[in-house]
Amino acid sequence: MREFGYQRAYDVSGAVALLDGDGEARFLGGGTNLVDLMKTGVERPARLVDVRELPLNRVEPAEDGGLRIGATVTNSDLAAHPEVRRRYPALAQAVLAGASGQLRNMATVGGNLLQRTRCGYFADVTSPCNKRDPGSGCPAITGEHHNHAVLGASGHCVATHPSDMGVALAALDASVSYETAAGAGELPLADFYLPVGETPHLETALPPGALITGVTLPANDTAANSRYRKVRERASYAFAIGSVAAALDVRDGHVHDVRLAFGAVASRPWRARTAESALTGGPADAEHFAAAADAELAAARPLPHNGYKVTLMRNLVVAVLSELAEETAR
Amino acid sequence: MPPSTSSDLTLSVNGEKYTLTVDHRTTLLDALRERLEMTGTKKGCDQGQCGACTILLDGRRSLACLQLAVAAEGREVTTIEGVAEGERLHPVQQAFLDLDGFQCGYCTPGQICSAIAVIEEHAAGWPSAVTGDVRPEAGPPPLTPEEIRERMSGNLCRCGAYVSIVQAVARAAEETKGAAA
Ligand SMILES: Cc1cc2nc3c(=O)[nH]c(=O)nc-3n(C[C@H](O)[C@H](O)[C@H](O)COP(=O)(O)OP(=O)(O)OC[C@H]3O[C@@H](n4cnc5c(N)ncnc54)[C@H](O)[C@@H]3O)c2cc1C
Ligand code: SF4
Ligand code: FES
Ligand code: FES
Repeated sequence: MREFGYQRAYDVSGAVALLDGDGEARFLGGGTNLVDLMKTGVERPARLVDVRELPLNRVEPAEDGGLRIGATVTNSDLAAHPEVRRRYPALAQAVLAGASGQLRNMATVGGNLLQRTRCGYFADVTSPCNKRDPGSGCPAITGEHHNHAVLGASGHCVATHPSDMGVALAALDASVSYETAAGAGELPLADFYLPVGETPHLETALPPGALITGVTLPANDTAANSRYRKVRERASYAFAIGSVAAALDVRDGHVHDVRLAFGAVASRPWRARTAESALTGGPADAEHFAAAADAELAAARPLPHNGYKVTLMRNLVVAVLSELAEETAR
Repeated sequence: MPPSTSSDLTLSVNGEKYTLTVDHRTTLLDALRERLEMTGTKKGCDQGQCGACTILLDGRRSLACLQLAVAAEGREVTTIEGVAEGERLHPVQQAFLDLDGFQCGYCTPGQICSAIAVIEEHAAGWPSAVTGDVRPEAGPPPLTPEEIRERMSGNLCRCGAYVSIVQAVARAAEETKGAAA
């Protein structure tokens, strides 16, 4: 590991000033991804600015009736928060489905959004990888890719974003606030992650040196009837091979409002807008749920070893929406 | 001027203060084992995947292998060496002994630290990934074997002592509840 300097920040402007837009410096949240990547040499910062002491560790009501979650709130505190569990259950479930109790106690909301892909070639510095080393190639396309993307990938990178939390945030229309030396800014989660294209090493629309200060969830009655379902290769403590976050409001047997996002299928949490349009106004039954999933997945371009994800996602959508429909009917 | 790559710091471990100079690359796990000679906390994978290095940081279970020592300054560290009260074992330790919650014992310090926190998290009403209804109105889920397995899933055991680990955690939770009532 490269030697590095360490500083602690105690307020937001101080953190931004300490980082000073230095491309060789990194903010340190819980360190559960960054320290791991520093050990393997994927990340080689010259300086760390520790943000865990920032006064951003609260979940508070937002002005419009929504919820504002500070960037240093731990994943555990987020999932245990009564308002999150009551009004946005899919978010609590998504966070609880990730990592382990120990990791969730350490991990922060800001760090979770910015965690890097689990693609094995990305983690192995002896292997080429366009994301880690632009222009070096993508061995995953012809190699091991059983858990890689089927939606929105490019010929330059087929990695997925591994966050469970982010999938629920995408479905619930969250936005991310940040701070730079020039002032505060906000990005809807839908615009937060950049399309892959020819630049898989550029992952987010955050300006250089920006500190994530929090995430805001808008008020949304449908969100109270929401759910997250994750499929993985063992029962717990594993990344998803496919997941769905959904919120559903059914009236008179028809879909009045629906939010749907997919995880582990794309370089970012995948908001399924095509499926949402197909669902809205239609009958709330398994047949229509399946047709809407198919409409979304028509854009899927699976590789030789991950075609199973298309069927998996279709079945997951039908299962999760059917459960939610049954619950609203009660 | 390049930033300093080491720091003098004070770590608070099991109620005692220790002053040492660390290279910033030192994890809390290596500081405990190599510098403070507290080898109860084990190194399994060194990358967050096994739970052998589980300690309590300000009372919350955490992985010492992904925690930089320098970032632990000002926080209270509790290791397996600090969970008993003098000669009296912690109820979780006693339950692991009574019910054979181990075979080789390598994962055990991490299992015990994790289980102590699992019992507290459950008592505080935290749901888990197998909790059917996470809404607070649903009340805390009973600590069933399924709940214990999910909550303990961050601790792997290569010997596969899981069956008795789950029994030990269940018994310790019952006793803790009884003692609090
Ligand atoms: C074994 C293992 C299993 C896991 N399983 C899952 C899983 O199933 N599902 C899942 O979703 N995740 C999983 N994770 C990943 C885990 O959720 C992330 O590592 C964690 O959320 C990252 O948060 P952190 O605070 O530790 O980030 P850090 O490691 O501290 O930082 C990550 C990145 O974010 C940057 N950063 C941190 N905070 C800020 C900020 N406020 N502003 C700007 N930049 C910031 C850092 O500079 C760094 O680049 C797993 C991790 C491990 C080790
Ligand atoms: S899929 Fe992306 S991250 Fe993985 S090897 Fe290819 S370029 Fe690198
Ligand atoms: S040694 Fe820390 S999790 Fe394995
Ligand atoms: S008792 Fe041997 S690893 Fe768990």
